[in-house]
Amino acid sequence: MAFNYDSYLRLEKMPTLWCWGCGDGVILKSFIRAVDKLGWSKDDVCVVSGIGCSGRFSSYVDFNTVHTTHGRTIAFATGIKLANPDKHVVCVAGDGDALAIGGNHTIHGCRRNIDITLIVIQNFIYGLTNSQTSPTTPQGMWTVSQKAGNIDPTFDACKLAIAAGASFVGRETVTAPKKLEKLLVDAMEHKGFSFVEALSNCHINFGRKNKMASAMENLDWIDSVTVSKAKYDKLSPEEQLNLLPTGILKQDTGAKEYCEMYQEIRNVHQGKRGKITQDDFVKKI
Amino acid sequence: MSTREIISTGNDLAARAAVDAGCKFFAGYPITPSSEIMHTISDLLPKIGGAAIQMEDEIAGVAAAIGASMSGVRSLTATSGPGISLKAENLGLAQMTEVPLVVVNVMRGGPSTGLPTRVSQGDVAQAKNPSHGDYKSITLCAGNLAECYTETVRAFNLADRFMQPVFVLLDETLGHMHGKADIPTAEAIKSGIKPRKTFDGPAEEYHPYGVAQDEPAVLNPMFKGYRYHFTGLHHDKNGFPTEEIETCRLLIERLFNKVEAHQEEIDSYEEFMMDDAEVMIVAYGSVSLAAKEAIRHLRAEGVKAGLFRPITLWPSPAKAIKKHTDKIKKVLCVELNIGQYRDEVQRASGRLDIEGLFKVNGRPISPFEIVNKVKEL
Repeated sequence: MAFNYDSYLRLEKMPTLWCWGCGDGVILKSFIRAVDKLGWSKDDVCVVSGIGCSGRFSSYVDFNTVHTTHGRTIAFATGIKLANPDKHVVCVAGDGDALAIGGNHTIHGCRRNIDITLIVIQNFIYGLTNSQTSPTTPQGMWTVSQKAGNIDPTFDACKLAIAAGASFVGRETVTAPKKLEKLLVDAMEHKGFSFVEALSNCHINFGRKNKMASAMENLDWIDSVTVSKAKYDKLSPEEQLNLLPTGILKQDTGAKEYCEMYQEIRNVHQGKRGKITQDDFVKKI
Repeated sequence: MSTREIISTGNDLAARAAVDAGCKFFAGYPITPSSEIMHTISDLLPKIGGAAIQMEDEIAGVAAAIGASMSGVRSLTATSGPGISLKAENLGLAQMTEVPLVVVNVMRGGPSTGLPTRVSQGDVAQAKNPSHGDYKSITLCAGNLAECYTETVRAFNLADRFMQPVFVLLDETLGHMHGKADIPTAEAIKSGIKPRKTFDGPAEEYHPYGVAQDEPAVLNPMFKGYRYHFTGLHHDKNGFPTEEIETCRLLIERLFNKVEAHQEEIDSYEEFMMDDAEVMIVAYGSVSLAAKEAIRHLRAEGVKAGLFRPITLWPSPAKAIKKHTDKIKKVLCVELNIGQYRDEVQRASGRLDIEGLFKVNGRPISPFEIVNKVKEL
């Protein structure tokens, strides 16, 4: 039987504001199936979004939802999670949100390893505001703010998250919704900061001027630049150069989670243990 | 109300006040001269099961505090002028989503990095409208050590009553002043806590923003079965984005009206030797301490001077100001800025001949400077 999304959606808000053929709906549905699979109660989930097309994500799902300012999802979510450590907090941000204006919060969310899942809806462009360059726009592509061709070097969001200390990092594409669902289940089940880059299409504001004006052409291009981590790892550095690996790219189940560590601070102040020292940590510097 | 004597600093008292007022969450970023608030509260909150977190920047500090408050927890952030500049956008979000929050600003010299370790009252105008758009700020200003405590407590109760950020302005002098303060006992504060309103009927009948035009939103805590939406966009009675013409108008007018219609609950000021005053000094914050000293000297010399000290700066106690300025010819505003509140006294009084004694070099104003200025009038 086909999955019934109705009980998780705010049906009165349908149809979404997303363009016909947009991949964001695939991510929305994959997320809902993942939550269903985890069996989370809707009351126990908080979805925090930022600004851009992805910002509307939170208004469509029937959880506790927060549509915040541009780039600040993780900062708001950190307050919600630390005040309610037993609840599930998921951030949804765009590439501009998470990697440009909110880059600092992404870095420090990863570093802190607080138990939040960040889903970055990555469509290589500023879609909502009509095609300006994003930190993930490939070099040489057309954008409305660089009509001569983008010269800005491109961010690899997952490499950033790994380097910043996220304990779970993965990437999938909207062309593989089942894999995306599985990745989201794994990410949300993971205790610690989980970073999921979901590659999505924006044929309207990215593809149209870059020779992929239909959703299918844009999706085919996404498939052409991605390869599973297993295959990617077997390639030479030259072959890896213009490819993005998909799947789980990092998973560290031993990393200490922030809210649990904060409980240790409470224990110190409540006289239940001695002060925290370097002996409490494996990785000290 | 039973009181206790405590010897401490203004910053320390503000942090203690927050905890006594039921604050369970603090998020902030180090900045002189307010950092000691974070230092104290990061010891106090974990003791009672709360949390204090140092975030990666000022923006994240206010965002995390707003997030915790959205979930239903009394929250505090503390900073100084440059921090408010950075927090401004999210303070606007809190105004728009009607999320209560207390923001302590220990004022230092500005603009920009200014004079980090020296005193100023340069953020008074900023406190009125830190973020873009229309709303009505509530700003309280402590005038002595005890008020660093009592005004912080009052700020928490006002924030939950009016469902919006409330500023507490301290200045570097008060924040770092060390001395004796007579303050209410923690038990007295606890018994006076007025928690935010909640709705306990069926979820389908819950409309968080569907309230009377002079009332704040009724925001239930998260995770309790009432799943609604926060957005900085114009929104309908359930919190969802809308551009419907009347809904937009009513929302913004309500953000204004909910404060304006109940100003008597917010007003607070002190009248010191005003009964027979022929010279009215207007001063607030640490400057008011110098003004009181000056008035004692002036009175000893036969000059009938008095002090009007606004404790709630915004919305201003305009009626009380006008009552005095209608009678008293000589009015002098003494401020550590270039007349940020004199503008308001001029507006409230309808007079353009309000005198000023202003200082913007990071140094306090001495009582004798005030005495000499009054004699010149």
